[in-house]
Amino acid sequence: MRIMLVLAMSGLLAACGDGHREAVTAADAEFQKTLQQRLLDAKPGDVIDIPAGRYHLDRSLSLRVDGVTIRGAGKDKTVLSFKGQASGAEGLIVNASDFTLENLAIEDTKGDGLKVNEGENIAIRGVRVEWTNGPDTGNGAYGLYPVQTRGVLIEDSVVIGASDAGIYVGQSKDVVVRRNRAERNVAGIEIENCIGADVYDNVATHNTGGILVFNMPDLPQPGHTTRVFKNRILANNTDNFGRKGSAVSAVPAGSGVVIMSNDEVEVFDNEIADNQTANVLIASHYSAGYDSKYKPSAAFDPYPEYIYVHDNRFSGGGDSPDGLELKALKVAMFGLNGHMPDVLWDGYANAKRAGGPQICVQGASGVLNADGPNKNKNPKSDAKPFDCKLDPLPAVALKQA
Amino acid sequence: MSEASTARGALAWAMLAVPALLLAACARGPAPVAFHADGYPTKLSDWNVVYRDGDRLALNARVVPFDLNTPLFSDYAHKLRTMWMPEGASARYEPREAFDFPVGTILSKTFFYPVAAGENGVARTDDTSRDHAGEGLDLRNVRMIETRLLVHRQQGWVALAYVWNAAQTEATLERTGASVPLQLVAADGSREPFTYQVPDQNQCAGCHASNNTTRVIKPLGPKARHLNKDYAYASGSENQLAHLVELGYLRDVPARGVPRNADWRDAANASLDGRARAYLDINCGHCHNPEGPADTSGLWLDSFDQDPRHLGLCKPPVAAGQGTGGHRFGIVPGQADESILTYRIDSDDPGVMMPELGRDVVHREGVQLIRDWIAAMQGNCDPQESATMPM
Repeated sequence: MRIMLVLAMSGLLAACGDGHREAVTAADAEFQKTLQQRLLDAKPGDVIDIPAGRYHLDRSLSLRVDGVTIRGAGKDKTVLSFKGQASGAEGLIVNASDFTLENLAIEDTKGDGLKVNEGENIAIRGVRVEWTNGPDTGNGAYGLYPVQTRGVLIEDSVVIGASDAGIYVGQSKDVVVRRNRAERNVAGIEIENCIGADVYDNVATHNTGGILVFNMPDLPQPGHTTRVFKNRILANNTDNFGRKGSAVSAVPAGSGVVIMSNDEVEVFDNEIADNQTANVLIASHYSAGYDSKYKPSAAFDPYPEYIYVHDNRFSGGGDSPDGLELKALKVAMFGLNGHMPDVLWDGYANAKRAGGPQICVQGASGVLNADGPNKNKNPKSDAKPFDCKLDPLPAVALKQA
Repeated sequence: MSEASTARGALAWAMLAVPALLLAACARGPAPVAFHADGYPTKLSDWNVVYRDGDRLALNARVVPFDLNTPLFSDYAHKLRTMWMPEGASARYEPREAFDFPVGTILSKTFFYPVAAGENGVARTDDTSRDHAGEGLDLRNVRMIETRLLVHRQQGWVALAYVWNAAQTEATLERTGASVPLQLVAADGSREPFTYQVPDQNQCAGCHASNNTTRVIKPLGPKARHLNKDYAYASGSENQLAHLVELGYLRDVPARGVPRNADWRDAANASLDGRARAYLDINCGHCHNPEGPADTSGLWLDSFDQDPRHLGLCKPPVAAGQGTGGHRFGIVPGQADESILTYRIDSDDPGVMMPELGRDVVHREGVQLIRDWIAAMQGNCDPQESATMPM
């Protein structure tokens, strides 16, 4: 079944005025009510079409029915603006399977743009999520945020201005993130505690960190097996505007790819350039300031292992690391006018693991072991320990791809 | 007397008796409670659970009021909760979860405020002494906002919110929610404008589906630990569980070992820890538990024993975003101002505040309780061996 929302368009167009305070008009209120009613009454197989227009909403939308598609007329044509949001922590929250969101924009939500909490076969395509005032600590946290899902496709989308991560896939299985553009977020694209993720053909630029592959403790699913390839990860040098204490607030500005506490990560065939701290960072939980008196469960593995960085096209970067410690490290190792090599590793490794951390780097300008466990006393820029090869990781296959 | 005249006489008697019975019924109340097995009746009166009787919102026959040791905070609204089951039906006791209510059960919750002076003025007070008329509400003193029904149908529970009109004569179904502008008036006369948000039907499920995988809607309040307390019924004060058993509404209650949450305000009879945990249980625990919508956070705030880390002690946030307020850990022992928990419950920003729904203003007294609880904790979050942080 196909549902078209028909509304008094003239009134809605009149509402997009001078770009200052975006008042919710009677027509907007009617649209919001009609749309939420459609979401409540949707049946599996329904397509909810939202015509071109700019709509102002003041409370979250929500969907809990499986098999529904929400479709706009284009990511610059159908705009759901939450600038005056008074209620709800997301623009749209979905708790359903076989869900598709496409061809529309979600702007200026108080919290996350789209959150999908549990569900299988999630497709997000041609969506723009944006905080229109650019980087700001007061912006919402995540743009596109599927969590505890299985079978996720995010493609041809754009996310701008998230105060945490633009595209954030958490605690999910079988994930494809491709052909997206993430810019001016704290983290451009973040894969966290996921099993099986392919991140390719994306552009991540002018974020604080370009593409992140993280594991966080205390969660039911530790992540592994992520491939980051064919992306352009350029000049992610925006000052970190994440709220202190958030996971990404520890990411130094100027980070291209960041791998933290995650295992089985393959980074290849990317163009990675001009990220001023380092083009690739590999780190443990210990380097992010998360360590505390009450430890995570013993099942949590804080060390990154089985990491393979190869065949990327690196240029520039490492010339102006963020933070005093890293600046000092750079100067001590490479001089005032020198620069960090392409890959920076914090040096934390599980001494009990046979075969070591298995961090292999091919085709980079070098690897710096920062010697974090010894307070950076003996950093080494010897690439030899990393001169190894690992088996390629398997591709992710999706039903909806 | 012939058989025919007997029959005629009986008929005549019956015809006389019918209006008398109807009059008696009117004096007692309206028609019986109407259980609708499907559909969305548009008026609260379609259900006949509560009804307007002069200056009173009255409870229909066999509609039983109840309340909770520690209730969920909702913008300082007062609440009248009721339970109704079909004749002969009963709920089975559960030690931890909501009771296993039979199909046909209707739970109602009417949100209201004591009236205060001025346009849209409602009193910011915990004093309930003038709210009630019998087991119903005294409408000369209170303003009703909405009545929510949780109805147990064959296919499962359904949540319906009815919003009262200005004349307080009828409440109308609002499946997509509603915003009601109000002003909280404190005892000193100070006013705080806010918008009371009636949830939409999905938002109801957002809290009541405390298992986010099955998405099955369940009642939150009627659990043993919340109900185990006395209530001032018209017939006298009595333990609520005992009362429900007597009425035939509840079975299989054990003789001992029934859990009981603290009353969050009752410092004389409950520990600070007990009161704080009861407060977190009812306000947070339906999402923050190992199966709930907030299990993504690894923070569990229901009332059952957990390790300190899952309770938030020195636990870094997972996806709090700007909700951290600049703090590193959920709870820092002894330091309420350094704890994310305090920051989020003390906020009214929709992108920051917890819970995410159901309030527009800060519960100052509740925040103070949690502050006191954290302040009383010993220790700190320093790791035994501090690590260097090149990042």
